[in-house]
Amino acid sequence: MSMTSISQTDRTDVDKPDDGENRPELPATGEEAETPEELLALWEEEAPEPAGGIANLVACALTLAFGIAGMILSWNLSLGSLTDPAPGFFPFVIALITAVLSVAQIVLGRRGGDGEKFNRYSVTVVWGIISLLVFVIALPQIGFEIPALLLSFVWMKWLGGESWRSAALYSALTVAAFYLIFVVALRTQLPHLF
Amino acid sequence: MDFFAPVLEGFGTVLEPGNLLYCFIGVLVGMLIGVLPGLGPAATMAILLPMTFGIEPVTAIIMLAGIFYGAQYGGTITSVLLRLPGEASSVVTVFDGYQMAKQGRAGAALGVAAVGSFIGGTAAILGLTFLAPLIAGFALDFGPPEYAALSLLGVTLVATISSGNKVKALIAAAIGVFLAMVGRDVFTGTERFTFDNLSLSDGIDFVTVAMGLFGLGEILYNLEERHKAMATPEKPKRVWPTTGEFKQSAPAIGRGSILGFLLGILPGGGATISSLAAYGVEKKVAKDPSRFGKGAIEGVAGPESANNAAATSSFIPLLSLGIPANATMALMFGALLIQGITPGPLLVSDEPELFWGVVNSMYIGNILLLIMAIPLIGVFVKILSVRPAILAPITVLITLIGAYTIKNSVFDVGLVVLFGVIGYLMKKTGFEPGPLVLAFVLAELLESSVRRSLILFEGNLGEVFTRPITVTLLFVFLIVIFLPIFQKMLGRATAKSKSKELVS
Repeated sequence: MSMTSISQTDRTDVDKPDDGENRPELPATGEEAETPEELLALWEEEAPEPAGGIANLVACALTLAFGIAGMILSWNLSLGSLTDPAPGFFPFVIALITAVLSVAQIVLGRRGGDGEKFNRYSVTVVWGIISLLVFVIALPQIGFEIPALLLSFVWMKWLGGESWRSAALYSALTVAAFYLIFVVALRTQLPHLF
Repeated sequence: MDFFAPVLEGFGTVLEPGNLLYCFIGVLVGMLIGVLPGLGPAATMAILLPMTFGIEPVTAIIMLAGIFYGAQYGGTITSVLLRLPGEASSVVTVFDGYQMAKQGRAGAALGVAAVGSFIGGTAAILGLTFLAPLIAGFALDFGPPEYAALSLLGVTLVATISSGNKVKALIAAAIGVFLAMVGRDVFTGTERFTFDNLSLSDGIDFVTVAMGLFGLGEILYNLEERHKAMATPEKPKRVWPTTGEFKQSAPAIGRGSILGFLLGILPGGGATISSLAAYGVEKKVAKDPSRFGKGAIEGVAGPESANNAAATSSFIPLLSLGIPANATMALMFGALLIQGITPGPLLVSDEPELFWGVVNSMYIGNILLLIMAIPLIGVFVKILSVRPAILAPITVLITLIGAYTIKNSVFDVGLVVLFGVIGYLMKKTGFEPGPLVLAFVLAELLESSVRRSLILFEGNLGEVFTRPITVTLLFVFLIVIFLPIFQKMLGRATAKSKSKELVS
């Protein structure tokens, strides 16, 4: 059983976020599962939909492109000979292996392959990544306090479904704690405003 | 007596107040962070790696080892209280552990898991104490060809034994090796794949790869799962197993410890396989197997002892041969390299203080784990009651700020984010990040050994056959690569002949 399916097991709606009206819950399941067999069947049932052949093709096309690019770049570094391998020799071999294996997987996995389908909640991850990028760009410009506050707030309020009040309160507390630990106590060179 | 002198000196190292303190901090922090659903030992260690910088090597590794088994136990807590295994090796603990919790015996389940982990871990450390120097002694004669074959075998074994798609695991491993080539070539000093970026001329830092793939990748993945709200556990009423329960689980702990130790030495999913095997064994030897899955304490004791023993014995190939047996050991390998220590056969003779200090710290760490596990149950329940929506950004900020503090570089923070995205996409597309990280850390040894071997053989690859160890290792490598293909072909042929029989 893969970790993927495990992490999506039973989660009842006991701990519903404060204002979770825009967070549709999946039905609470699993309380009826008693034996290991039933539990495994339940995990299997709740496992996400497999990614399918197209996802396998796209993913492996990317790794194939990585392999081909690696071969070209390594070739440009010069390969040398078997008696005296040059800097490009080993990366070329590895890139070649990547490309060959990618082709093999494209063929072998054409009816599915592994992985899981992106769903409507995957959009949450996109927003999460955007917030991380904003943090990285803003950190050297304005220090960590405001970007960290924004990141915490966005993750708590919009990505996590917390109420305005608790998101604001916990974000402020988080940033204050980080300030005290990294700036005041540890005296790291973390860019900061205050 | 000569053998025991450095072993005893190692105890002196661990018992220094500073090392003891960091061992304690490691176990505590590992347990606290490991208890968060979705964050297993590898993710916990990756996120907390920057904490070890600026500390003495021995102390840093002692702390990391503490984080490792602390986080390992953290996964058990969520298995029992929430029916949510923190990692694959805790899956079977759910079967009986959660049933015990439902019957109001969560404390007994966690208590016996702690005792079993302690005994399993301690038995494995004893094995490590005697076996690792022997293996290291044997490996002292290894030359570049043997190392090339060994590291090749290490990468492929982990990739092919891992639970997911084997070809994708091998692709991930190959990409891991390639990424490690970024930076200056150690033989000629030529810059490779840096695209004239100064920040890349020293190569990609292992910590950024590990923190991104394991830490941030896991957090992003969990973000997608947030819509499924999580149950809040109740604080267990009785927090210690009864004498009867201890007596009942003692043989299971013994069997699990031995099984786990033996299976843990093998590269790949040692801890997972051993916990599954231990559960199977307990069910087989039980007088009434129907109790299993309904709250049988042996169903918790056996697997928990086994996975801890396996987790500890997986240190043997790392410390004696310099080959990490799984993704978590790859992190330990990387942490050692960062501290300027190369794990391998010479570690025992060249750095006895570090080797025995780390090995002996595990005895102390396991005792600390046992002492803290039960009284802290209330704290764990409190942590599990905090909504993931609040914990997630805190963990993200720990990761990002931690990444910055490594070299005070925003570029590294960007790289962590990039690897985080890659880690998330890998999980979604069925590529495991473990083989990539493992291959990344072994890449330097692999490349330098292959290139040195080619120079040594003057291009004549037939020379390989004059080296029996290399030939044996390469033979095992070929078996590892081709056995699954043969098995698949054999399975298809059998199915075909059966269907023909049915038709006729």
